[in-house]
Amino acid sequence: MREDKKGGLQYLVWDGLPQAVPCAPYSEKECAFVSALSEKLIALRRFPDVVSFAFFCRKANIARLKREFDKCPELRLGRGTVFHITPSNIPINFAFSLVFGMLSGNANIVRVPTKPWQQVDAVCGAINELLALPEFRELKQRIAMVRYGRDDGMTGYFSENCDARVVWGGDDAVNALRKIPIPPRAVEMAFADRYSFCALDERAVASLDDAGTARLAENFYNDTYLVDQNACSSPNLIVWLGAEKPEIREKFWRAVCERAAGYRMAVSFAMDKYSALCECLADGCGIVGVARHGNLAYRVRLSSLDGVEKRRGKFGLFFEYDAACLDEIAPCVTRKWQTMTYFGIDEGALREFVEGNALKGIDRIAPVGSALDIGVMWDGFDIIRTLSRVVDVR
Amino acid sequence: MFGLDEIASKPPFSLCKNEKNALFERALGELSSLHCDQCADYKNIVLGLGFDPDAPHRVEDFPFLPVRLFKTRDLLSVERSEIVKTMTSSGTTGQAASKIYLDRGTSAAQTKALAKIASDFLGGARLPMLIIDSTEALKDRNMFSARGAGILGFSMLGRDATYALDDGMRLNFSAVSDFLERHAGENIFVFGFTFMIWEHFYKAIERSGRHLPLDNGILIHGGGWKKMQGEAVDAAKFKEGLREACGLRRVYNYYGMVEQTGSIFMECGEGRLHCSVFSDVLVRDHRDFSVRPIGEPGLLQVISLLPRSYPGHSLLTEDIGCLTGEDDCPCGRLGKTFRIDGRAPQAEARGCSDTYERR
Repeated sequence: MREDKKGGLQYLVWDGLPQAVPCAPYSEKECAFVSALSEKLIALRRFPDVVSFAFFCRKANIARLKREFDKCPELRLGRGTVFHITPSNIPINFAFSLVFGMLSGNANIVRVPTKPWQQVDAVCGAINELLALPEFRELKQRIAMVRYGRDDGMTGYFSENCDARVVWGGDDAVNALRKIPIPPRAVEMAFADRYSFCALDERAVASLDDAGTARLAENFYNDTYLVDQNACSSPNLIVWLGAEKPEIREKFWRAVCERAAGYRMAVSFAMDKYSALCECLADGCGIVGVARHGNLAYRVRLSSLDGVEKRRGKFGLFFEYDAACLDEIAPCVTRKWQTMTYFGIDEGALREFVEGNALKGIDRIAPVGSALDIGVMWDGFDIIRTLSRVVDVR
Repeated sequence: MFGLDEIASKPPFSLCKNEKNALFERALGELSSLHCDQCADYKNIVLGLGFDPDAPHRVEDFPFLPVRLFKTRDLLSVERSEIVKTMTSSGTTGQAASKIYLDRGTSAAQTKALAKIASDFLGGARLPMLIIDSTEALKDRNMFSARGAGILGFSMLGRDATYALDDGMRLNFSAVSDFLERHAGENIFVFGFTFMIWEHFYKAIERSGRHLPLDNGILIHGGGWKKMQGEAVDAAKFKEGLREACGLRRVYNYYGMVEQTGSIFMECGEGRLHCSVFSDVLVRDHRDFSVRPIGEPGLLQVISLLPRSYPGHSLLTEDIGCLTGEDDCPCGRLGKTFRIDGRAPQAEARGCSDTYERR
């Protein structure tokens, strides 16, 4: 790692400012690099999030994504250079962002989190080792990983030199970055604050045996507690479909609490959560009741979904709503809504819900347990197509 | 409704466990009902938490509001026209300050309780008072800061109140010397905030090489140790420093907060913080808010019988502490004793926000 003392800029991977020479999406060289990175990181056997990133990057998965992509015969090339600004609190996100930039045929400048995550060092270390190999020499000038604090001058410099800018991290980050211009032809893919929910079919949950309930709870835990219920795709609201039997719901929550028993509930999280609960109770409207499982899970039952997206839970604060059918919640769905996780609802019903109601929001519909599974389709963007340009040949 | 006058007529540290428990069960029941009737927000919260204000409860079963709620909401249990004083927490820059609304009755109760509690340490007579602060702290009389309120509250307990610091927070040696000459041979009540005393009084004396004869002084100080940690000064070092600099031997810290002004917790010579007849403390496990026994640390819940104009009688603080005993302090005062271990540390949440970090 080199360090530019003057600017507080650290070069984690660097061979000069990347050259904006585009290539086709899923080109052979980039795909080979990504799967080589996968092998290296899997062999490392450290950090669960690095392993799941490596799993995404494995050869078979990239080949599958390429096949999907190739179904559409249009001619595409990367835009040139992508400048990525990645979030500080999800350490592996920067690596996904880089790989998306590579697979779409671009050179990449990635600003990694300023926090000293070991995952960042592990991935950058692996990248440097691969770039030192003769077969990847030509990629050297296509990957730059930098770390610096909030420095508008530096960000301005990288922004001037990009063809696409990717901004992770919510409304504040997006608004701050919008003040820093990008070239007129450049595009920006910005990930704003989003709201997510989970729909559970009561009858389907009722039919589960103990092992099945535990699996569902495990999946739900992974969507929520694993990231302090603080990722944009973690559900805040649980919609119970066909809710008639409260005991089914209790069975589910008991299983969730059992799974979450080892959750790292910091003292300040407990205080934040209790304060948030009191805050929403004080307002009084639209609340039917509260159930508390120690301080592990707070459940606020709602009688109305008015303004529900302003009710945000963290650290295991959930809002619950009973609905006879999915259509009942359609009027509340705004463009802020991102991920819908579901259990026990068939695909036809899901499609009908979105199409039939012409929803303004909801960009992802995924089974419970997959809320955080990032992919080339994310937040309503087809990332590979957004970061590449189409050449119209007639 | 229970009478505060009756409680105030007892010596402030005179109730044993059973007597106190009986009093607090009844008083908290009455206060909780009162605030349910008078404050819609309070009612919504406690009913939402499943509390039945009409049923009898054990002390530990009464609900508690998180102190933070006074920063985000205006919580009153009287008409706004009844408010005579609004107190605000010192809240560090950038943070919202607590707003505490006092009517005449609650304000008077605070004054009375403070006098009772402090008199146990100062003696019955009003002593000449040296305030280690500047009159600057009292500038805005409409919005009382915690600092200004503390000074005003305590200054009722003394006479010939003299400020030791000038407007620039410099130690005014001549004013202090004149004061000490006027009251030679008398006991002196010294009051101030821990950090101010250290920064602007102790250090100034040290720098000057002079000696201020405060051997007859009784210091009561509060305001927390957070800033002192930055100076690596703990209670022992603080006391030692003051003894060397000015002969102060009787030094009593107190724990209090603007949300429960008046019913402060005084630290005795044994180094234990004491609940009085006006107050109680419970230590709770942050994982389920269950009550922790003596010797086990947790979040402090503070109870005061004084607040009637705002629902602040039972609060969950963000301070970590530990009960050290009950009715068994060698100093002879009855009631629970505890110590403070500091503010609960702010843990960082995972999640995808906050990319472009604020400086």
